[in-house]
Amino acid sequence: MSTRDHDNKAARAQMFAKLQRALKDGPAQSARRTHVEGRVADPPNHPLPERVRRSRNELRMQFKAFLEGQSASVLEVAGAGDVPAAIANWLRGHNLPLTVRMGDDAALAELPWSREPALLRENGPAKESDTTGLSHAFAGIAETGTLALTSGPDNPVTLNFVPENHVIVLADADLVGPYEEVWTRLRQRFGKGQMPRTVNFISGPSRTADIGGKLVTGAHGPRRLCVVLVSEPMT
Amino acid sequence: MNSTAHNFKSNARVALGDQQLQSALGNLKGGLVANRTKARAALPEFEALRDVAKDIKNHTIANLDLYLEIYEQNARAAGAVVHFAETAADARDIILKICRDANAKIVTKGKSMVSEEIGLNAHLEAAGGIEVVETDLGEYLVQIRKETPSHIIAPAIHLTQGQVEADFRRLHTHLPKDRVLVEPAQLVNEARGILRQKFMTADVGITGANFLIAETGSSIIVTNEGNGDLTQSLAKTHVVITSIEKLVPTLEDLSTILRLLARSATGQECSTYMTLSTGGRRVNDHDGPPNYHVVILDNGRTDLIGTEFQDVLRCIRCGACMNHCPVYGAIGGHAYGWVYPGPIGSVLTPALIGVKEAGNLPNASTFCGKCADVCPMKIPLPDLMRHWREAEFDLGDLPRGYRTGLAGWAFFARRPRLYHLAAKVGIPLLSLFGRRGRFSSLPFAGGWTRYRDLPAPQGRTFQQLWAERQAGVTR
Amino acid sequence: MPLDTSKTTTKPQVGLFVTCLVDLMRPSIGFAAVKLIEAAGCDVVVPPSQTCCGQPAYNSGDKATTSAIARATIAAFEGFDYVVAPSGSCAGMIKGHYPDLLKTDPEWSKRAVALASKTYELVSFLVDVRAISSVDAELKVRATYHDSCSGLRELKIKSQPRTLLASVKGLDLVEMEENEVCCGFGGTFSIKYPDISNAMVQKKADFASATKPDLLLAGDLGCLMNMAGKLKRQGSRIEVRHIAEVLAGDLSAPAIGEA
Repeated sequence: MSTRDHDNKAARAQMFAKLQRALKDGPAQSARRTHVEGRVADPPNHPLPERVRRSRNELRMQFKAFLEGQSASVLEVAGAGDVPAAIANWLRGHNLPLTVRMGDDAALAELPWSREPALLRENGPAKESDTTGLSHAFAGIAETGTLALTSGPDNPVTLNFVPENHVIVLADADLVGPYEEVWTRLRQRFGKGQMPRTVNFISGPSRTADIGGKLVTGAHGPRRLCVVLVSEPMT
Repeated sequence: MNSTAHNFKSNARVALGDQQLQSALGNLKGGLVANRTKARAALPEFEALRDVAKDIKNHTIANLDLYLEIYEQNARAAGAVVHFAETAADARDIILKICRDANAKIVTKGKSMVSEEIGLNAHLEAAGGIEVVETDLGEYLVQIRKETPSHIIAPAIHLTQGQVEADFRRLHTHLPKDRVLVEPAQLVNEARGILRQKFMTADVGITGANFLIAETGSSIIVTNEGNGDLTQSLAKTHVVITSIEKLVPTLEDLSTILRLLARSATGQECSTYMTLSTGGRRVNDHDGPPNYHVVILDNGRTDLIGTEFQDVLRCIRCGACMNHCPVYGAIGGHAYGWVYPGPIGSVLTPALIGVKEAGNLPNASTFCGKCADVCPMKIPLPDLMRHWREAEFDLGDLPRGYRTGLAGWAFFARRPRLYHLAAKVGIPLLSLFGRRGRFSSLPFAGGWTRYRDLPAPQGRTFQQLWAERQAGVTR
Repeated sequence: MPLDTSKTTTKPQVGLFVTCLVDLMRPSIGFAAVKLIEAAGCDVVVPPSQTCCGQPAYNSGDKATTSAIARATIAAFEGFDYVVAPSGSCAGMIKGHYPDLLKTDPEWSKRAVALASKTYELVSFLVDVRAISSVDAELKVRATYHDSCSGLRELKIKSQPRTLLASVKGLDLVEMEENEVCCGFGGTFSIKYPDISNAMVQKKADFASATKPDLLLAGDLGCLMNMAGKLKRQGSRIEVRHIAEVLAGDLSAPAIGEA
């Protein structure tokens, strides 16, 4: 079977022409353009649920409760210095090898790993044989108990999905109420209209209900998700 | 995909007699339906958000030319290759060419109803040398049975656990015969092991997109299994196949609609994974697909703009309408005969493949209104189904007997004097034949009396009795 | 229908939209409705020029016939203070769909909207408009109630029938599972798709029977005929009746499908 050569330019022109014909009964495109471009440049806010406007402490509890409700573990530690031990203990508790795969994230690199000499760190994207991936979250979202991760050399995206276990470190200062605060922070960090290659929202271990409608965790992605919530600011 | 929508009636009859299917459909109520009820109750703002979301989508459709332009510009700037496909055939050809250029042997796929709509798998496989692997567990279950999805978010909802076990034992013959497959988790694990190898060796990963975001030129997939992410992260080429109405203007618009999507679909607060993708692998990246293509399909959608069917373009494919539809609940998705089942399918299918082929679908509704009630985007599905009936009526496509009956009834309904005269004569006559107050069979109501008795008239019409009573009063 | 101006009364004038099914099949519901509306302090008039609300044509895609019927119905009823129908489906048609149907005709559109604003289903008229919270009826039975779709979803009728049923002395209302799910009638649907319709009414009959009621009630005769037809075919002894008959305290007519 042979492929017809597809003329993308012509198809594009056709589709836009067709759209404009379909919209001909509305206001002229030139009249709409200012509003549309303005709306994209300065996105209007929509109503937010009441649950994102609660006290800091309530947001933290809500964040934790949602994640635990999705069978994720949430470990609260006081400072960056406590993170290696928390990770090592969690791995030991699940009889997992004391090895994590991680990217070039500076905050993760600067953790006092020497306090857990048994815990090995391997650098780079995930390999099939990796048991545990370690990531540093861009933000946590209390609204639904969700981690927001951005891909890049610091936190390669495959760490989120390939290993059977995923540990995500989140600084308390990065815990926000609604998704909209993540948008704001993304625009601040990457520039308006610019995005990291992927933004991954993760709300628990992988799951499916495709067999007989019964919920099973560990479908294709991680079977376990562990969130380490660090109270003091991380570097 | 080939349609059997014209066979709807016999499809439905087969489905009603299929005990496995009926048992599987029994899971709907305690699962997706109950979960949605809970999730809706847990978000007091749910109803208000429906109105906001509806406005967002209406605004987007009214400016689709501009948002498509902005999306394209931003996506290209981020390194995406954006393809425009007016028809299903165009989309198939574009994707086959991408696969050929990538020298693809194995193509993994995340769940995509648009790919079903264009019949992508068959096309790629017919081209030779390409193995297409569905990686969403439900899609995989359906693929190994050579079936199609019977639901837009739960493709294998028509299957029982026992059927899955039998399929796995039949196909996964390299595994020990005496392995235990009693628990769903054991079945999930087996599939996980098999599909892992496919993810690792795939050359091209194809996913759909729940939305395209104009502001950032991003696509987003919303999943629970993580298969979509493995599909799109591990292959060298990621192809997004999606359709023109999936656009939203901004990230704020996206998060507002996302608040409705998972709650309406599975009753989750949010899906486990929501992944925004913008362009391909960046210069310093250690992973991710170097090539990122987006194929935007029209396939007749633009034709709906400005018509009475425009509202259907708001659909976010959550599946709530079918989860709650008593007709879907009775017959399942396959009986509808094409890609999109349930109420949304009954509106969309005639638009995409023609009302001549799919005319039964918008007719097979009691207009109970539950679908419109639960639709997060407030699509007036019964009204749209009625519009298809109007189109059918105008085409003169009604069965002759039905048309004659309707015309006869209309003749009287428009002439009150004749109507009451006929009723005065006919009704007492009819009531004479109703033994024990009902008919167990009637020549002109065979469809009814095959399964039910027809209650007989009491004897005289209300108008007759009322006139007598009034006369008595004044006399 | 012009009002009878010879009567000097300050009572609201209610035009009773009998509905074609009640007119032809079960006049006793019409008389129960009259009794209830009069007891609620209104005068009842029954315009003889009414036939059907037009739904069979409307739902078959025949807009021209429907519009003609809608205009005739509007003309027959627009002179009354209220229009009341013992059916959520027919009231919903007048209230919800007439304005939509006639929206392209400026004059008729106005008249349709005006009529819609004063049209009510019987039970919601009694409770919401006439502020009736109890009826004078006594009946020692166990009953279950099916929420018919149009009344429930188009007119938001849910609490009103329960409020009035609770005031019937001796009546014990037991809710069935899935009382808000369609019974499978759907007008012409039940004839065009009898297999699917049967599967739906079978489920409904099972849920109703599970509550072991003496009476199965609803507010729409179409649904009632469907459910009664199924229950009687199964040999069930459950009596099926329109809620108006119970509220009016008049069960002298045999139940639906019985002699």
